[in-house]
Amino acid sequence: MEILYLLVPLSVVLVFFIIGGVWWAIHSGQFDDIEKEGERILNE
Amino acid sequence: MAFSSSQATTFNDKVIRQFAIMTVVWGVVGMLVGVIVASQLAWPELNFGISFLSFGRLRPLHTNAVIFAFGGCALFATSYYCVQRTCQVRLISDKLAAFTFWGWQVIILSAAVSLPLGYTTGKEYAELEWPIDILITLVWVAYAIVFFGTIGIRKVRHIYVANWFFGAMILAVALLHLGNSAEIPAGLMKSYSAYAGVQDAMVQWWYGHNAVGFFLTAGFLGMVYYFIPKQAGRPVYSYRLSVVHFWALIFTYMWAGPHHLHYTALPDWTQSIGMVFSLILLAPSWGGMINGIMTLSGAWHKLRDDPILRFLIVSLSFYGMSTFEGPMMSIKTVNALSHYTDWTVGHVHSGALGWVGMVTMGSMYYLIPRLFGRTQMFSVKAIEIHFYMATIGIVLYIAALWIAGVMQGLMWRSLNADGTLTYTFVESVKASYPFYVLRVVGGLLYLTGMTIMLWNTIKTATAGRSVNVTIPTAVAHA
Repeated sequence: MEILYLLVPLSVVLVFFIIGGVWWAIHSGQFDDIEKEGERILNE
Repeated sequence: MAFSSSQATTFNDKVIRQFAIMTVVWGVVGMLVGVIVASQLAWPELNFGISFLSFGRLRPLHTNAVIFAFGGCALFATSYYCVQRTCQVRLISDKLAAFTFWGWQVIILSAAVSLPLGYTTGKEYAELEWPIDILITLVWVAYAIVFFGTIGIRKVRHIYVANWFFGAMILAVALLHLGNSAEIPAGLMKSYSAYAGVQDAMVQWWYGHNAVGFFLTAGFLGMVYYFIPKQAGRPVYSYRLSVVHFWALIFTYMWAGPHHLHYTALPDWTQSIGMVFSLILLAPSWGGMINGIMTLSGAWHKLRDDPILRFLIVSLSFYGMSTFEGPMMSIKTVNALSHYTDWTVGHVHSGALGWVGMVTMGSMYYLIPRLFGRTQMFSVKAIEIHFYMATIGIVLYIAALWIAGVMQGLMWRSLNADGTLTYTFVESVKASYPFYVLRVVGGLLYLTGMTIMLWNTIKTATAGRSVNVTIPTAVAHA
């Protein structure tokens, strides 16, 4: 099962990317006023 | 490439119109091929002895047409619509967007020619040969540039949750396509996979199941989070939950694939990992399903007279049903009964017809009139008829295959006292015949509904006109 040497590290890298994504979203203020964002699309 | 579009005053709806129309056209084509192959299973002589019409060649044509032509065009159309509206900006490049449309149609046509001719890599849902794979890669890169480029020049600081789902779909599909289509060409229309044996099987189902998870789920959840609130005129029940839904889903999805390889040469522990991750997926899936349905809380009466909303909400109930059924079937002891039977085919179709199909139809019924300067489709009554035909069709289809599948599983495992098999294989085929006929009836109903949609779409398009929608002046906090 050598293929797991590719697929498992790939998943680990992805998990770090996802954590990076959450980190960016939280710290760039994406979720600052979170419930209001759901209503905004109705006024477009 | 023109990057001046951030100064543009109108949205690029032309490419959305093109993709929306082709969604409906390819829907009819793909489902027609589906009804043909379903009929061949009941009456095998329907291939008329012609190789192009044999089941083995038409079946991949059916799956490619409904997933990548019908579903793919719907994803392009809705993601381009959603990203422009929620970012309040025109697509970053009209030329690249046009390239994604024409490129995607060329890919579909080359599939429609090469598959019946017998050119295939033999990898399920990735049958297309290497020159087409390269074209897919080019179009997909252009799609990513258009989508993420548009987010990059957005006028609204917050990136709406539906865009996260569309974006994750685009990135994941790119990764899956590159990983699984790694192949060594051996002639113009022949190649060999870069992986061999069980390694190849593992990569194939890493791709195969994540294609279900990202192409057929994440992308269509993007539609749920944009079009249900728009059609219902209410914000999503809990925006907070929708964000949690997104991160939880993409965080836990990647390792469900091995459940397709239970009781094979794949190591036992890898199979178990696949089963555990499949079971975990029930939580984010149901969280999202409940969030979508509860968006109607306090406005349930809208379901009574709005067939579009009914399409969208019923699609979510099928999503809930198949994301319960899926994890259950991934449990090894259940899988011992269900694997290789028509139960699996029924499960796939409760997801494909019920969830993906109906959410697409609902979104298109919202989208198409607006793309042609109208407030609603030419005939609302026809939407209503389509809804009932589709729903009854699905129920007949999946009920028939539940019965056929469980029956096949039980017949195959049934042993006599001396340890020999009670039934021969052909006896289970014979017993399945009435259910195969019932499946054809269900499929025919679903196809007829889709044909009504095509008629309604043509009427709406010809009665309306192509309008250039002006981008609203930037909202205060932008």
